[in-house]
Order: sequence, then structure tokens, then C-alpha cells
Amino acid sequence: MTKIVRELSASGIENVSRRGVLQGLFATGGLVLAVSLAPTKYALAADAPKWGADGMPHGTVNDPRTFVSIAPDGTVSIVCSRSEMGQGVRTGIPLIVADEMEADWSKVKIVQAPGDEVKYGNQDTDGSRSTRHFIKPMRQIGAAARMMLEEAAAKRWNVPVAEVEASNSEILHKASGKKLSYGEIAAEAAKLDVPATDKLRLKDPSKFRYIGKEGTHLVDGFDISTGRAKYGQDIRLPGTKYAVIARPPVMGGKVVSFDATEAKKVPGFVAIVEIPAPTFPLAFQPSGGIAVVADNTWAAMKARDALIIKWDDGPHASYDSAAYRTAMEETARKPGVSLRKEGDFAGAMASADKKVEGDYYIPHIAHATMEPPAASCQIVDGKAEVWTSVQSPQAAHDLVTKYLGFKPEDVTVHVTLLGGGFGRRSKPDFAVEAALVSKGIGGKPVKVVWTREDDIHNGFYHTVSAEHLEAGLDKDGKVIAWRHNSVAPTIFSLFAADPKHEAALEQGMGLTDNPFDVKNVSIENGEAEAHTKIGWFRSVSNIPHAFAIQSFTAELAAAAGKDMKSFILDLIGPPRIVNIAGMVKEFWDYGENPEVHPVDTARLRGVIELATEKAGWGRKLAPGHGLGLAVHRSFVTYVATVVEVAVDEKGAIKIPRVDVAVDCGPTVNPDRVRSQMEGAVIMGLGIAMMSEISFKDGKVQQSNFDDYQVLRIGDAPRETHVHIVPHGYDIPLGGVGEPGVPPVAPAMLNAVFAATGKRIRALPLRQQVSKA
Amino acid sequence: MFTLKVNGQAQQFDGDPTMPLLWYLRDELGLTGTKFGCGVAACGACTVHIDGEAVRACRTAISDVNGKSVTTIEGLDPEGNHPVQKAWREVNVPQCGYCQAGQIMQASALLKQTPHPTDAEIDNAMYGNICRCGTYQRIRAAIKQASGA
Repeated sequence: MTKIVRELSASGIENVSRRGVLQGLFATGGLVLAVSLAPTKYALAADAPKWGADGMPHGTVNDPRTFVSIAPDGTVSIVCSRSEMGQGVRTGIPLIVADEMEADWSKVKIVQAPGDEVKYGNQDTDGSRSTRHFIKPMRQIGAAARMMLEEAAAKRWNVPVAEVEASNSEILHKASGKKLSYGEIAAEAAKLDVPATDKLRLKDPSKFRYIGKEGTHLVDGFDISTGRAKYGQDIRLPGTKYAVIARPPVMGGKVVSFDATEAKKVPGFVAIVEIPAPTFPLAFQPSGGIAVVADNTWAAMKARDALIIKWDDGPHASYDSAAYRTAMEETARKPGVSLRKEGDFAGAMASADKKVEGDYYIPHIAHATMEPPAASCQIVDGKAEVWTSVQSPQAAHDLVTKYLGFKPEDVTVHVTLLGGGFGRRSKPDFAVEAALVSKGIGGKPVKVVWTREDDIHNGFYHTVSAEHLEAGLDKDGKVIAWRHNSVAPTIFSLFAADPKHEAALEQGMGLTDNPFDVKNVSIENGEAEAHTKIGWFRSVSNIPHAFAIQSFTAELAAAAGKDMKSFILDLIGPPRIVNIAGMVKEFWDYGENPEVHPVDTARLRGVIELATEKAGWGRKLAPGHGLGLAVHRSFVTYVATVVEVAVDEKGAIKIPRVDVAVDCGPTVNPDRVRSQMEGAVIMGLGIAMMSEISFKDGKVQQSNFDDYQVLRIGDAPRETHVHIVPHGYDIPLGGVGEPGVPPVAPAMLNAVFAATGKRIRALPLRQQVSKA
Repeated sequence: MFTLKVNGQAQQFDGDPTMPLLWYLRDELGLTGTKFGCGVAACGACTVHIDGEAVRACRTAISDVNGKSVTTIEGLDPEGNHPVQKAWREVNVPQCGYCQAGQIMQASALLKQTPHPTDAEIDNAMYGNICRCGTYQRIRAAIKQASGA
């Protein structure tokens, strides 16, 4: 029987079996008013699976009194409980509330919630979940607020509530022509009961003013463009000190001894605070080390440079990513543990007209958020306050609480803007560091600043992976056998002692949910030990899986002498629902219900058709140019990408144009869907072309943006066009923040192949096609 | 003792002469609009104007700005309505926004020198400013818009 694996969150809570492992560190407890999304089929079962938002810790909350307040001047304050890291959530989520409650958007002010999931519902801002999980409770909040305002006005006028109507921050009584502004009636509305959820009258989508419409400007646009916006690095508590930390250069390393004599001589030096070495499994604990506190950041950095530390590098001191790659590739070519099997792969291969195989490699990648991690903390009268840029404020709260040994109610985590997230800020190790340093200096305010080198050397890296694929083609060039063995150290090495295999949620990211129409399939997973911290990176295991599958598909098309577009449409097969849950040992599809979010090949085909049509697939290209296509479903969204490359006689590559077709269901703020796809193209091209973290003697070999390279403006596509498949609000939303990334690298390398005939199977591309 | 002007105001500093302008602005003056991104002049997040020219504050010692005039994002326009700032908002350039102050300072220096830059001139001038969210296409569009193109 298929085991249903539901959700994993950055607060470390996943399926039932893992919960036992994690409980000690992360359990939070508490009950909330959650909005039920459970489908009727499961409603009566004793252990009915919880899907979507319901499956997340603390679910969602739909009480307008928690999220909305209206001042007498008509200003509508709407709480955003999700973290803003560039995806536009502080604009998009309140926009939903404002639209449903008929609030004039120009009168809306956003209030950022501190970490408190009991009050606000789940706040773990990852997994491309915010809009798809919160559109429903946010609409309910808006509708409830609107109905309360209408009821209050009807009472004051002594008319039936059916005769009054809320419109753009006013209540109107048509018959009499009376009007009340929201500010005038808010106090009376606040005294009324909140309507029951089943009595809420949601707007007809045809009446939406803002949802799904163009022209919305960012709520933080003015502050960002004027330098007023505050990120974790920008918090300056009155009287604050500044700290930097010397951390072990190898994961699991420890301080043996240290000499701070010279550090103490640096003008502005304040104190040394020792950060304890973590226990394993590591989860999100700080790495340990020596913190140097000073009057300013520069003095702290100088004093840290003057520290003399003797390290014990610990059990991972021999990690060498080049040797590790060789070992992983050998493992990938051997049989792995079977994750999914249909038909008879070996038998079909024996009868194949043509056999093709390919090995694909992706190195570790660092998030390198533009804002290096930072957190401030002060402890006054036994109460700790933390200000930081985290994707998971509740996880930060819980870990700080545990480390300080405080009661949960005595710790507050304030959430600033995040200078990029990409999964790095799901791990709140730096918030704990700030709490420990503050505690070490008697609770005084302090800001822990990470330098870029600290960030590159102490990341939670995207997994390294080796993917081995084999396929057999019949005499018509049709794929009759497909084998994929994926080998990659798992994120769950953070939470359990060396699990060695990809977890269900990693398998479900493009490996076992492959929807191709092939009769004889073997999907496997080989062993890999983790020797560094492996973490979520925007779109996670979809990156290596999609790179391998989409590159290999283009190789198969070439072997069959067919065009990639028609070949992959044949491989996907006719429009249908693919029952992945019935095929795999462990089912996980982003925590979503397969009946609500089925794998629908019609939508996969649809984005291919749209992207290729807009890109002019098949058009005559200039010499040295090539078009590449890739398609991938992730985070219950479908994306196809066409990249055009131009390769000059020396092998230098330019990218004249990229077309992205995205089917994410209906949208809330289409401008932010486009911007996420545009950004995903840049990040995906960086992964394809230049980004790599490597290890020698257990240490990261890169340090900063000079040797850890990311895409710059001159390397960016000349044009990126995003095409959104239009939908009504009768189907559920998909994710947007991550699913743009996976198809980019394979589309780009498929284009390089089309332009040069050279197949790149190991990332990054760097100089592999250069002739200089 | 060093004296300098920051956003038109006279300032004095008698601390470590090797302290980068970045940390002087952020920690001493509280002007946190100038961001810390790399510390090695490789990302452009700390870009300010010194006597009108775009400079990386993270690699400029305070002793090197003695007697000079520094403009930060906070001082680019008193109302925050420099044409580049307005264009940035109209085009919805930012995603996370962290690099954007540096981008805007670099772009405004470019337009002062080259009021109508070509695509290549934009890419050249902005090459040192990394945006990890990938807003480059909109940065180009906003610069064009601010230039009146």
C-alpha cells in the first residue's frame, strides 16, 4: 500500500514517522481555528489525511479580528503573517483581503506579524505555498470583515442588511443614498460577532477589483527605492553592539582552544562569547565557534581576524567533492533501491532497437542571498526579543526558546524584510546565535552580522547529485523502457543519523512523479552519505531531476532523429490524469491532495505548446544560434521554458531570448508571477552556467562573489517573455516562487546542444564549449 | 579627525581611519540604506556617490573620503522622487529589494554621465551590481524609462 507522506515544513515537522525524531527540538503545541480543506472522501476516515494548508503545522486562521483593523481615518491595517523575500507576498496576501472586503487599496497599510503560529496559522514561508494555501482563509477574512461592516451600517440606519452594500471603503444604502466610510462605522462593526465560515458570502470573481488584475504596485516599493526598507542587517537597537562569529571551517568541527589576546587589543573590542558546539543530528542549530562583540561591525571583524583558534575538524575533514562525485557516479550506474517499477525494464531493453544512456551531475550550490544572514537580540527582565529576516519565524522562536531555556511566551521574534530567501532563511541558526551572544553579554542588545564569506562557508547547500538514465527506443523511435537512478545526499541528514536515501519529498520532486507514457519503468535511488549541511534551495530536488530528465529526453529525441517538441509530446502521451499515488512506494506531492491537484498531462502539454508557439519553435535561426526546450511540473504548477542561445566562434555564449509558459492556475498578482519567472530564469541560468560550491579537506573552496559566481546583468537574457495560461477561479492555485527554476538549466543546455552539437551533462557549463 | 559631507551635512569622525565608509555610514550614522553584500567590491550593494561618482563604500576607507562629499540612497532626492527612483517603482523592479539601493545609485550615476545609454552601456555600467532575485530585465527597462527613451 502506498504510504501517504504529507508535509514537511521548515519548523522541522514532517510525516508521522519523522515527528518522533523531531519532537524534542521543535514541538510547539497549541490549537487554532483552522479552515477545513479536507475533501469529503476522507472526511469520515479516522485518520483522514490532512492536505494542503491543513497539513501544515497550525494550519490557517480565518478570524478577521486577528488580521484586520480599521482606524477612524479609514486606514485599513492588514496583517501579513508570511515572510517577504521578494516573491511579493506582502503585496499579494493583503490584496486578497482588501479585495474581498472592498477596501480601497490606497488606504491599506501592511503590518508584519511576529512569529506566532497559534495566532496567525502556519508562517513557514517556503514550498511556494503562501498564495495557494492562503487565498481561501484571506478571502474568508475579507468577506467576514465586509459583512460585519455592512451589518453595522444597516443597524445604524435601521434598514435590512440586504439593502446595504460595501464598495471601495464605503457602505452605501441605495434607497436613501446614505453613505458611511469604513472609518466611521468600524468601531461598531468590531463589536459584532464574526459570521460563521459557512455563512460567508464570497465575492463573485467577476467582481474582483485587484485579484488577478494588472497595475498593482509593490507595497514596499517606496521604502525600497529610498533606502528606508529594513532588513535583518539593518536593525539597530538603541545601544546595540555588533558581533561576528568564527565558525568551524568543517561541518561538525569544534574549537579545541583559542587565544584572544590580540583580538582584545582591537579598539572597540567588547567581549568574547563562546557558542557551544551543536549536537547531531544538526537540524538548524548554530555551528558553534567564537563570537567577537565590538562597538561596530568593522571592529568586530578586525578582532575576529586577530583570533587564534585551534580547531578539531571532526569526522568530515576528508570531504572532497571531486572524489565524492566519482563515487556517486559509480553508485548511480549500479542498481539502486527500487522506488517505482512498472512492466519489465530489463526485458524491454533487451528487445530495444536502440539503447541510450546518460549520466548527469549537479554540484552543491549556495543560496548566496544578497543580504547575508543577520539577527539582533536583546534580553530584558527575562524576556528575549529577536529581530531577524527569517522564512520561518515560528521555528526561530522555538529554537531560541529552547536555547535560552525560556518560556515560549517570553520570546518574541520580529520579522523584517528578507534580503532574499531561496530556502536559506528557513534555517534560523543565526537567530539563535544572536540570542546566545546577547545572553553572553548580560542581555545587552547585539546584532550578529554574517559576512559574505561566513555565508558561503556556512551554508545549508543544495544537494550534489549524480543521475543515471537509460532508455530503449523501438524501431519507430518510441521509448519502450526507462530507468532512472538518482543519487544525492538527503536534506534529512539534518534530522536523522545518516539516512543515506532521498526522502519521499525529494523523490516526489520530479523523480518518481515522472508522468511519461512508458510501459517499462524502473525508478531507483542509490545510497549517498552527507558530508556537509544539505538544505532546501529554491525548487530543491527538482533541479537535478529536471536537469537529468529533460536533458536525457533531448538526447533521446536526437537519437531517434526527431524534434524535441514532438518527441516530448509523444513521450508525455495523450492528455490524461496520471495516478502517481498508485505507482510509488511513498507518495508525496507538495503536501497536496492528488484529487485536487492531479498530475494532468493536458496542462503539461499545454505549457509546451504555449512556450514553443511564443518562442517561434522551428523558426530559422542565425548561424551559431540554437533553441532548447524543457518542461517540468513542480509545486503543483506546470512550466515550459524555451531558451535561445547564440554561441560565437570562440564558444562564448549569449542568450538573446527566453520564453516561459506557466500554468499555475488562477493568479492573484500576475505581475509577481511574471517577476518570479523572470527571476527563476536568472537563477536557473546561473546554476546552468557558473555557480558551484566545491569541498576540499571538508572545507568550502569558494568565499565570495569573485569565486562563487552568479549571473550578472551582462550575462542575462536580452529578453525574457513570460506567458501565463489563463484560468478562472474554479481550479486551485499552484506555486509560483520555485517552479520556474527547474526547466531553465536543461532548456539552456538543450539549446547549447542545438547550437553546437555538444552535450553538457555536468553543471556548471563554464568553459565547456569554449574554444579560446 | 576626518571631515566629510554626507547627504549635504558636515560630519566628523575620529575613529579607525581604515574603517570602510560602508560601516561608518551604517553603524555610526545609521544610514542603513547603503547595504552590505560582499565587503570586497564584488556585488555593488553598497554603491554610493562620492563627489558625484559611483563608488563601492565597502572598499573605500573613511580616510579616503576626508574632505569629500558623499551621497547615499537616503540623500539622492529629498522626496525620494529622483527619476530613477520613480522609474524603479513604476516598473516594479524590486523583488526582495536588498540590492536595489546600490542598483539605483549606480544607475543614477550612469544617467548623469550618459543621459541616453545604449543597451550595451547599461549592461557595462551595471555589471558590478548583482541581483540574486534576477531583476536585470526590469533594471534595464527602468533605466531606459528614466532616461526618457
